[in-house]
Amino acid sequence: MTDNTLIPGVKSGRLAPQEYAENFADLHPPLDAHEALVAADRCYFCYDAPCITACPTDIDIPLFIRQIATGTPEAAAETILSQNILGGMCARVCPTETLCEEACVREAAEGKPVLIGQLQRYATDTIMEKAVHPFSRADATGKRVAVVGAGPAGLACAHRLAMHGHDVTLYDARSKLGGLNEFGIAAYKTIDSFAEREVDWLLQIGGISVKAGQKLGQDVSLEHLKSDFDAVFLGVGLGGVNALGLDHEDKEGVEDAVNFISGLRQAKDLSNLPIGRDVVVIGGGMTAIDAAVQAKLLGALNVTLVYRRGRDRMNASRFEQDLAASKGVRIITNASPIALHGNGAVREIEFEYTNDDLTPTGQTFRLAADQVFKAIGQTLSDDDLPDLDGRKIAVTGPGRTSVPGVWAGGDCAAGGDDLTVIAVAEGRDAAEDIHATLVPRT
Amino acid sequence: MADLSSNFAGIKSPNPFWLASAPPTDKEYNVRRAFDAGWGGVVWKTLGEDGPPIVNVNGPRYGAIWGADRRLLGLNNIELITDRPLQVNLDEMTRVKKDYPDRALVASLMVPVDEDSWKSILDRVLETGCDGVELNFGCPHGMSERGMGSAVGQVPDYVQQVTEWCKKHSNLPVIVKLTPNITDIRKPAQAAHDGGADAVSLINTINSITSVNLDSFAPEPTIDGKGAHGGYCGPAVKPIALNMVAEIARSPSLQGLPISGIGGITTWRDAAEFMSLGAGNVQVCTAAMTYGFKIVQEMISGLSQYMDEKAFTSVDEIVGRAVPNCSDWQHLNLNYVTKARIDQDLCIKCGRCYAACEDTSHQAISMTPDRVFDVIDAECVACNLCVNVCPVEGCITMEELAPGVVDERTGKTVEKEYVNWTTHPNNPGSCAAE
Repeated sequence: MTDNTLIPGVKSGRLAPQEYAENFADLHPPLDAHEALVAADRCYFCYDAPCITACPTDIDIPLFIRQIATGTPEAAAETILSQNILGGMCARVCPTETLCEEACVREAAEGKPVLIGQLQRYATDTIMEKAVHPFSRADATGKRVAVVGAGPAGLACAHRLAMHGHDVTLYDARSKLGGLNEFGIAAYKTIDSFAEREVDWLLQIGGISVKAGQKLGQDVSLEHLKSDFDAVFLGVGLGGVNALGLDHEDKEGVEDAVNFISGLRQAKDLSNLPIGRDVVVIGGGMTAIDAAVQAKLLGALNVTLVYRRGRDRMNASRFEQDLAASKGVRIITNASPIALHGNGAVREIEFEYTNDDLTPTGQTFRLAADQVFKAIGQTLSDDDLPDLDGRKIAVTGPGRTSVPGVWAGGDCAAGGDDLTVIAVAEGRDAAEDIHATLVPRT
Repeated sequence: MADLSSNFAGIKSPNPFWLASAPPTDKEYNVRRAFDAGWGGVVWKTLGEDGPPIVNVNGPRYGAIWGADRRLLGLNNIELITDRPLQVNLDEMTRVKKDYPDRALVASLMVPVDEDSWKSILDRVLETGCDGVELNFGCPHGMSERGMGSAVGQVPDYVQQVTEWCKKHSNLPVIVKLTPNITDIRKPAQAAHDGGADAVSLINTINSITSVNLDSFAPEPTIDGKGAHGGYCGPAVKPIALNMVAEIARSPSLQGLPISGIGGITTWRDAAEFMSLGAGNVQVCTAAMTYGFKIVQEMISGLSQYMDEKAFTSVDEIVGRAVPNCSDWQHLNLNYVTKARIDQDLCIKCGRCYAACEDTSHQAISMTPDRVFDVIDAECVACNLCVNVCPVEGCITMEELAPGVVDERTGKTVEKEYVNWTTHPNNPGSCAAE
């Protein structure tokens, strides 16, 4: 405890300097070579392996693990990256416990799956540390494709298109590429500027010209892109944040969790980052967990995550929930916010308990709150888009939108969970479809 | 606690676990530690003729192969016999035997193939008070290039000749240590027997190169860029050794010849297996070199528990118990029909049985879209490969078809009678029992 621990309000420097480094160190320290061999040896090399089926990008997991086991992690990395060019980031952020590792037969057998995520990181780290880019471009096709949004979907799409010999122009509204890899996701999952390094490594393929700071609908129009390029891919993500729908939501201290996280990710010095003494996070997904855990790691005294449904309905995996609990985050379920209190800045937030079907029970409680982070979902913020399906861009097949020549993928497109790995799969598959459309097989 | 005391070819020891002649038994210091740890006997590191000491290489003497977690599976060595002066070894042996009178102390010997050399060293060794001698006709590296070790063991006439000399010039039990680097182990064993040997011990190490360095393209272990074959030992050689022990144990002309079993013995269970195939006692080296002398405590407690569970009162009750069941292929019952059975509750759906059977065997396992694996009796030849590759113990078993049941693969009713190849109609040399 430091002198600043108990000070109310939103304040920076709550921790001793070294505590910031300790708190934001690598969540899972990388496997060393021997650990990787031992972990790889546990793989049974299953026939038609369930882990491959469970992977949204269909990585040949038994093959890459066998390649690690036989001392060729570079070949393992190529196996991974040929399916998932952001295999390095996915190794860090994938909820493996609900994907490949849940499907692992050793999870069924012993409750101890092969450490697929950590082995994937071992392989991809090996090749990236050597600054090797194992892919090269096919002969130029003369076709030009615009990719809008340099998050996981856009990056995967751009890379695959460039590989096929197309010339890609990659737009992003922000000045820095990476999308949620760079601006979302908890810092302890992607330390040492990994997102930035991965983008630089990916761009080594060549044939991708970057136009950063160009927002669709403002700096560039879909109509313009359609006429200038042979095809367009939209991977713009979800720029907006859902509101709580309460009075006084503009009170000081009430913030979007994604803004808190992106500010933290871009902070040069975490000790300059102000955090409340009492923090309340509203939501039940990965963003809510990332915000709550990082608030705690920044030195908040009390962090409470409040979710309106039961724990089994939370989008955050059990592993993430347990991680939050282990860091001291209190999780309250079956409670909805009904009022924000405070004279000027928020001081308290009031909740009402709800039944599993969200029926209010009439029982209320208040939590002290210097800061309230809203993490109840994101929404499309762009205009100038193809037809929507509900609140996202409608797509058929591999990302075809209502507008001919325009594809979409990632969080902005309808269907599929909003996961990095799914965005990569959608971007990659759209690229293949664009390629097949632009260069029909003879 | 069962009585583990052993009497091997007249050599008594408190248990049947001896350390084999090898680096662990090269010095008084080591041997005292071994006896203090509980080893029943020690075969001292091989002594050579008096004179200028043996010279060893000054680079790596051992090469190894490992499992994934560096578990040592096989070891190879190019170390020669003891490189210490003969008299030093003899003096140490004398002191050790005096201090550990209840333990077996056997001298391993290797000198050139002439009677004087053997008589001379036997005279010296007798003075130590040791309990017996072991003739090293096994080491396949180095000394064999000089006409000793396996170079002798590979020529039955030499084996017999030297054995006769040793029996003639000493009254100690003579154990002949055999090399496995030979086509038929029964031939040198017979030669030893004919020469009057009191026992044989086997196996010595197997000619081997453990690996090749793919950067320098040199075999391991590498001495200044070159390698020479070494002698292979450790858990990996156990199946080879078991078979050779059994071959001798079931050979009619070798009945009654005591066998000291050697080759990858690491646990009490390994030891019991060797003994059941006819070994009167066992010798251990690699396991001690890997884990230290303390492993003998597990061997003692494990064998004791096993004997208590089986109500065996003497280790001799284990010796040879499996030998009558060692047969020839031609005598195996062709009316014994089994089928693989998969326990669906234990199955973890890895599909290894399916891959193995579909790709490399008889397409006798089916797979549904939701990964249920089942045996197709009409295709299953009961090869056992699925059992061997299944990672879950007990999940796949081979179940016998009872007489009267129809084998779906052959369409024939399983017969109760024992029949074998010798009388089978497809055998051109069959002599039908009429």
